[in-house]
Amino acid sequence: MRIALSVQGLTKRFGSFTAVDEVSFDVEDGKFFSILGPSGCGKTTLLRMIAGFYRPDAGTLLFDGQQMDNVAPNKRPVNMVFQNLALFPMMNVHENIAFGLRRRGEKGATVDRKVQEVLERVGLPGSGKKQVNQLSGGQKQRIAIARCLVLDPTVLLLDEPLGALDAKLREHMKVELKTLQSQVGTTFVYITHDQSEAMVMSDTVAVMNNGKFEQIGTPQELYHNPKSSFVAQFVGSNNKIRVTLRRDAHGEMLARYTNGLDFRLIGAFESPKKDDEYDLFVRPESMVINPPEDHDNFNTMMVTVTSILFDGGNSRLLVQPDDTNDEIVVALPQTRQFDHIQAKDRIRIGWDTAKAICYKRRDWKIYDEE
Amino acid sequence: MTKNRKHVSWGFLFFFLPVMLWLFLLIVLPHLELLRLSFTNTRGGGLTLSNYMAFFREPIYWLTFVRTALYSILVTFLVMAIALPVAFYITKIVRVRSAGFLMVLILVPFWVSELIRVYGWIILLRESGVLNQFLQSIGLFSEPVEMLYNDITMVMGLVYTSMLFMVVPIIGVMEDLDDALIEAAYDLGASKISIWRTIIVPHCASGMVSGGIIVFMLVLGSYLTPNLMGGKNSLWFTEQIYNQIILYFNWNQGAAFGFLLLLLSSLIIWVALKLTRQNLKEVVK
Repeated sequence: MRIALSVQGLTKRFGSFTAVDEVSFDVEDGKFFSILGPSGCGKTTLLRMIAGFYRPDAGTLLFDGQQMDNVAPNKRPVNMVFQNLALFPMMNVHENIAFGLRRRGEKGATVDRKVQEVLERVGLPGSGKKQVNQLSGGQKQRIAIARCLVLDPTVLLLDEPLGALDAKLREHMKVELKTLQSQVGTTFVYITHDQSEAMVMSDTVAVMNNGKFEQIGTPQELYHNPKSSFVAQFVGSNNKIRVTLRRDAHGEMLARYTNGLDFRLIGAFESPKKDDEYDLFVRPESMVINPPEDHDNFNTMMVTVTSILFDGGNSRLLVQPDDTNDEIVVALPQTRQFDHIQAKDRIRIGWDTAKAICYKRRDWKIYDEE
Repeated sequence: MTKNRKHVSWGFLFFFLPVMLWLFLLIVLPHLELLRLSFTNTRGGGLTLSNYMAFFREPIYWLTFVRTALYSILVTFLVMAIALPVAFYITKIVRVRSAGFLMVLILVPFWVSELIRVYGWIILLRESGVLNQFLQSIGLFSEPVEMLYNDITMVMGLVYTSMLFMVVPIIGVMEDLDDALIEAAYDLGASKISIWRTIIVPHCASGMVSGGIIVFMLVLGSYLTPNLMGGKNSLWFTEQIYNQIILYFNWNQGAAFGFLLLLLSSLIIWVALKLTRQNLKEVVK
């Protein structure tokens, strides 16, 4: 597979602050690559370096194998869809899309043909005469993408373009963007703080934190095998159960919860030191309500239901384990099987030992608190 | 309800009346008198067009007007060409705090009266002036050169005195220009010149036109700068009006010239608005 974009050891410092710290990755041609991270993690800085608006302090960039470190943004084979889309309000749709072609010196008939083609590709044929302010949010989105696609870039950069849309339209555009990308086959590099956007659309997702990539992988890999405490907390929702680790007489690893329960551990965890505090991650979806008693590979505990959060297919229970003040989220399948559960009920929950992951305790800022 | 309405109309009258009085007593009334004067003769008698005809019959009069108008247009474009990069620098390049400082630097000269500023130029540029002494002391000139009293100096002085009135409206519109538009154009392959041509200038057009109208009117109607810096050969149309009224005591001719100045300059602005496809309503907003 051809590598459309190769980033090697890219670093950017602002004064003493390192915004992007030796980031390296390759994006194969025709793939949808997302960079996912909380605000302030350096993802926008990284994108602006790829587009050429920032000069990296170290590292190198290759587009289709050609080094482009000292090439100005207007000469790079990448185009960017801006967060606020940045459609030119002084031009109509046709002129907006033709802008890049005209800057290349292409002439009348060719320009018209290409603009028409790309408008058809994004599903807005015949809207060339419209003014930018006559378009809806979703249409603006597509015009902004069309304006870049018409130039046939090696890589298309997208800087949280769905951020300004309302929730329903955002859901719709996620699917549409994914379809559009697979149709046109252009390499997309997409940055977002919304894990659902990244997971739904991408072939590969890189999770970024504090200027570094924590993990690069398919959405499934990130979800099932997070390689760090940050990825476990940031990707998908996860219960964080505070435990200390020790080995029992048989050499088996046990995690002791604050209420004195011991959970058995297998699978991925860092080697423990005595008295170090750990977080045990169990996804709400992995939590089973009233698991079979005799099952060997299950850790179980008794909890009290504090509230039921009904949200259709995404319904959850908030429960409080006995003798603690913690809150654990349990997925509540809407199969009518658990309709009898009421608030203040005591129930038993459990999880497959293979589905829990343990990392040394670290708290991350994963969203902005107003 | 009715009581409330009455209350509002009293308040409205309270603020409206001074404006009306000011407009009527100081602007409308004297102009009506000037209009009457312009259509009568010094020897008395009925209405006549002779004052207006004089403007077209005597080449010195209309040539002075054409000269004045052309130089005013030139000055307007020069000021525009300088103000655009200045405004861009203040709004887009420097940080917010130094932007305020730079604005003050542009404003400060306008706290001094135009007369004093023109005398400042005279001190700098006259034969025994600062610039001549400096150039002689470094050996560039062997003897002093007269830099005042020519058209170039006059244009420079006019550009200098009207700068502020172009910079302020352009800064106003340029602040609204989203930086992402400039970056997007750059990203789509535009060179710096085509970014100016396709993005920045079209965005700033309304500010440029309103600044242009102000500067054009100010320059066309200015008296001090062309008179003091322009010398004997650089006759400005306002000087013609001054001469008629003060030197020849021909108020009728002066009044006619005044109205011609008003009409012709309005015509030029109307043509300019049509040419740039700008709407006066938009521009004033």
